[in-house]
Amino acid sequence: MTDALEVAGLVVDLPGRGGPVRVVDDVSFDIPAATTVGLIGESGSGKTMTANAVIDLLPSGATTGGSLRWRGEELLRASRARRRQVRGHEIAMIFQDPLAALNPTQTVGRQVGEILRRAGQSPQQVRSRVIELLDRAGIPEPAARLRSYPHEFSGGMRQRAMIALALAGSPALLLADEPTTALDVTVQARILRLLRDIQEDEGLAMLLVSHDLRVVAHVAHQVVVMYAGRVAERGPTSAVLREPAHPYTRALVDSVPAVRTRTALAHPLPGTPATPANRPSGCAFHPRCPIAREVCRVEQPSVRSVGSGRWAACHFAEEA
Amino acid sequence: MTRVVVKRLLVGVLVMWGAASLIFVIVRAAPGDPATLLLGPDAAPDQIRELTAKLGLDRPLPVQYVSYLGDVVRLRFGDSYLFNRPAMAEVFERMPATAELMLASTAIAVIAGLTLGLIAGGRPGKVVDRVVSAGTIALQSFPTFWSGIMLILIFALALRLLPSAGSGTPAHLVLPAITLALPFTATVARLTRTSVAETMREQYINTARSKGLTERQVLLGHALRNSLIPVVTIIGLHMGGLMGGAVVVENVFAWPGVGTLVVDAVANRDYTVVQAATFLVAGIVMIFNLAADLVYSQLDPRIRLESAA
Repeated sequence: MTDALEVAGLVVDLPGRGGPVRVVDDVSFDIPAATTVGLIGESGSGKTMTANAVIDLLPSGATTGGSLRWRGEELLRASRARRRQVRGHEIAMIFQDPLAALNPTQTVGRQVGEILRRAGQSPQQVRSRVIELLDRAGIPEPAARLRSYPHEFSGGMRQRAMIALALAGSPALLLADEPTTALDVTVQARILRLLRDIQEDEGLAMLLVSHDLRVVAHVAHQVVVMYAGRVAERGPTSAVLREPAHPYTRALVDSVPAVRTRTALAHPLPGTPATPANRPSGCAFHPRCPIAREVCRVEQPSVRSVGSGRWAACHFAEEA
Repeated sequence: MTRVVVKRLLVGVLVMWGAASLIFVIVRAAPGDPATLLLGPDAAPDQIRELTAKLGLDRPLPVQYVSYLGDVVRLRFGDSYLFNRPAMAEVFERMPATAELMLASTAIAVIAGLTLGLIAGGRPGKVVDRVVSAGTIALQSFPTFWSGIMLILIFALALRLLPSAGSGTPAHLVLPAITLALPFTATVARLTRTSVAETMREQYINTARSKGLTERQVLLGHALRNSLIPVVTIIGLHMGGLMGGAVVVENVFAWPGVGTLVVDAVANRDYTVVQAATFLVAGIVMIFNLAADLVYSQLDPRIRLESAA
């Protein structure tokens, strides 16, 4: 299996009041072709910044380091024109809040078709392709909805339009940043299933960014767990969720309430999440970790192999 | 939509009544009386009393007010004391010159202001932005009579490029139009800048970027229209406000418009002309504001929906 995207030692610094803040710190993982990788973490863990770095949409003033290899090509050293060419046509993004992410003064058809129009396709070609895309995204009567504005759509329909928009440039990698967080629970499952079907049918690589373990569990083949800007653990989804190799992953799994078995309440994570601007010494998770020892306070654990295809940044991964 | 227009028009009637009443009070509260000024310093008290009665100014103020309002409703504004012909005709005669000046100024302000604002707002915090921001603050703070005189000194007296006063040729229009446009340009530029910079922080701008558009395509294709909404409102409001500026500019450049007419009428206590001109100007301001509201709702489909509901 070839890797579509190789992220190696990725670093993102954002300007802050007291100097730059390292919001993504030495993050490495791969996205193999035709595979969904789940990127999970609490807010402030750097997961969205990682996705933004991949598509080159970081806030102004941000600086990057490390390596982003896209089909063998180093994106961080590519020209601005080349990076723009990659955006939309090779790597596309679906944003969290579809209402905010769609232009309120343009029709859905116009926005979905813009990338095709700019590529020089005729109005007829654009129109029939947009109808195809809306249909693929599960929008009923797509020909009639072309001229609707985003505010005339329901939340789920907007996210479907956003998906159609992202697919318009025929990308090979789809970044989905919390694609279901802003939606009703009943709609979430349908949008997730749609994303999974599209990923499988088109053979796309997908990076699914979420704070919700259940979302990732259902869709992702592999999972990357981030904490305070660093990778805590990564590996095949089922193995990672069944036997976490990092106490943070363990805590995340335990904090998901089970619906069928009437246990008491799920165990919430103790303490407050560390943020990159306010990172504890040593292992950033040690203040909240049930098995932390003296070494965790002092020494930052490096990511090491803990089994086949499994990696974890914990001094005591075998005990987690 | 129709309901909104009708509602605005009803409010407009109230505003016109307020404007007519206010000017009625103000001209009479100002010192000096028309008959004395018309007849000159040598007139006998009898003559003055006679003319005052003829003009109807000897009646008690409430009576004058009621008959004045009755006339206004029928759009009759009486004769000019000075010229002995209908006051409104006098105002209408001067209107084209003022309209010409206002349109030219608005065109300058909209084109220059939008361009500057887009350039600055598309690159917030960069050098262009700082230069435009500082420059527009300066422009806004120059009083019109001063910038008018400065332009005359430079372009008419020193460089001898343009006429300093009067009207007739397009060249005569240049300096007064620019003078009137300066603070307006600055206002449009500043507002456009803020609005564009704000719009550029919206999520859908990132969506546009994620399609691989250039910054220029993002700015013109996605940010411009969404930024225009507050700008259009301000342009509408300010076009009314331009009338006020026109009074000063017309007097600086001896431009034969409503502005010079009003200043002369005030000096001569020509009440009917002042009242007629004020009424007309108030009406024009009201129409501009209404037009701004209508354009505004066309720019944003969400507003269209709300007014339909």
